Amino acid sequence: MEMIRLGYIDWIVIATYFAFVLGIGYYLKKFTTSDEDFFLAGRRNSSWVAGLAFLSANLGALELLGMTGNTFKYGMYVAHFYWVGAIPAMLFLAIYMMPFYYSSRIKSIPGYLKVRFDEKTRVLNGFAFAIMTLLVSGINLYAMALVLRTFLGWDWDISMWVSAATVAIYVAMSGLMSAIFTEIVQFFLIWFGLFLVTVFGIVEIGSLEEIFSRVPESFSALWSNSADPSQNGMLITWAGIALGLGFVLSFGYWTTDFLVVQRAFSARDLRAARMTPIVASFFKMALPFIVIIGGLIAIVLSQDPQSGFALLQEEGRLNYDSALPLLIARYYPSGLIGLGVTALLAGFMAGQAGNISAFNTVWTYDIYKAVINKKASSQHLLWMGRIATVVGILISIVTAYWAKSFPTIMDYMQAIFSWVNAPLFATMLLGMFVRWITPNGAFWGLISGMGSSFFLFMAVKFEWLDRTILTLSNYSSDMAANFWRAWWAWLICFTMTILISLHTKRKPDAELEGLVIDLTKPVSITEKLPVLKKPEFYALISFIIFIVLNIYFW
Amino acid sequence: MVKETKGMKTIWYFVGFILLIMGVLVAAAGFIDYVTPPQDQPVLAHLHTSIWWGLIMIFAGLIFLYVSKGTTVE
Repeated sequence: MEMIRLGYIDWIVIATYFAFVLGIGYYLKKFTTSDEDFFLAGRRNSSWVAGLAFLSANLGALELLGMTGNTFKYGMYVAHFYWVGAIPAMLFLAIYMMPFYYSSRIKSIPGYLKVRFDEKTRVLNGFAFAIMTLLVSGINLYAMALVLRTFLGWDWDISMWVSAATVAIYVAMSGLMSAIFTEIVQFFLIWFGLFLVTVFGIVEIGSLEEIFSRVPESFSALWSNSADPSQNGMLITWAGIALGLGFVLSFGYWTTDFLVVQRAFSARDLRAARMTPIVASFFKMALPFIVIIGGLIAIVLSQDPQSGFALLQEEGRLNYDSALPLLIARYYPSGLIGLGVTALLAGFMAGQAGNISAFNTVWTYDIYKAVINKKASSQHLLWMGRIATVVGILISIVTAYWAKSFPTIMDYMQAIFSWVNAPLFATMLLGMFVRWITPNGAFWGLISGMGSSFFLFMAVKFEWLDRTILTLSNYSSDMAANFWRAWWAWLICFTMTILISLHTKRKPDAELEGLVIDLTKPVSITEKLPVLKKPEFYALISFIIFIVLNIYFW
Repeated sequence: MVKETKGMKTIWYFVGFILLIMGVLVAAAGFIDYVTPPQDQPVLAHLHTSIWWGLIMIFAGLIFLYVSKGTTVE
């Protein structure tokens, strides 16, 4: 069904955006002359540019639609994704991990695994990451076509091919730089395009306090009802949130997922690289104003029969993702509708560009150059990056059609995500902070972590294993199971890596200088800067705001 | 390494440019709706949000364009 009607000015707004991003790609092409320009945006970005891109690479339209819908389903607990599930990890990346990443001049996360451990660990992670990014990119494309068809009545094939071709053209022309530029444009379009949804909701309902007073009690608190899982919307305990989301999933994603970390690598110096996640953290904490409050507004409106607001239903089940588009349709006049739809389109396309730019880098450096053509020149790698972009987009389109004919693939995406990121965080943590962790320990630990994560997903899915064993509780939701599975996968990888390292050969200390904390000179970690220039100072401010938000919404 | 690249406009120039264009389009749609109100009005249509939000976007766009005027990325 078509629920958002576009006027001719709305179409002009959307067409302007497409022309604009293609124009940016064309403009930046002449500045993209080497592999470093293409894959690392020439390492010339300020912390503001890299920071906003760092956040925007994560801020896809799926996230906006999904998190607003999840708030409708789970309540305030979804804010944990933006606060405890992001901020500590982002600050940890900035303060402790970035010096190792940036100073070792690596070009990708698998690149760090190569210098810290060995080639086989790098190639293993390179393949896993490449497969994951292409699948995520394809699923994004599928989801985008689904959303556009459901809410705008657009043709499935045309919307998918047009947006995929646009992304392929501008990323192939100028690589990470055009991806970063369009991500920042997307950031502003999302704020200008969706901010008013929440403002309108507050105006219609009366006030923020009124909204909170009208949602169910179990949906309006952040921590106070987390001791008993039956008392909160997500059916999870505080331990599940803290260990699964706050520690493993959050740190696994924000500190090791190359999609976001690549943006920090594009910074012009170490300080800018360290400031990148700190700048992003302030904006990350503000996003619940759109998605969480938007979801709560949808709950309040749907409880009021006079409002005429109800989520879409498909085969008797609520379509939670329809919350945000329904709010746009409810409040936005012409012009603004075009802007809101453009914000969602920009989110989809920037998310896809982010995945493809991360894929082409890992493919080119960690698979092609590492295994296939070790003597490739800078110009050859630049050419390969462009080829990888086009091929990556084509594989994404195939994946999208696969998802269309086999919808349960969407379920497996959650598994694939924790399959790659959760164990990798254990490997990275041990690699950076424990000098006696060995290459074989890292490799086999990673394999056992990835394997166990996948096995646990399948075991619960096909009921080989009772979910309560995983979640340590008689009450649990799908989300709770995701958090706990990530925790167990991390723990298995962590334990196996240590056990195997105790019995296998270490790398000499001389080869680990600058890669492990106790073999790194303090000056490269704590730069000599005035207090107001120190990343630690801004990280502290961010952390204080994070604490205040958690206490306020306790 | 700080790379010298002559003449590359900063991202803030592009942000200003798109906000200005989008602001003009949104404000224009608001004026058209004000002069000839459509049959199907959204909730809170009487606030004429497109007009003032479009003007805010134009203002924001002009600020970004002014700040990035003449600056290029090194």
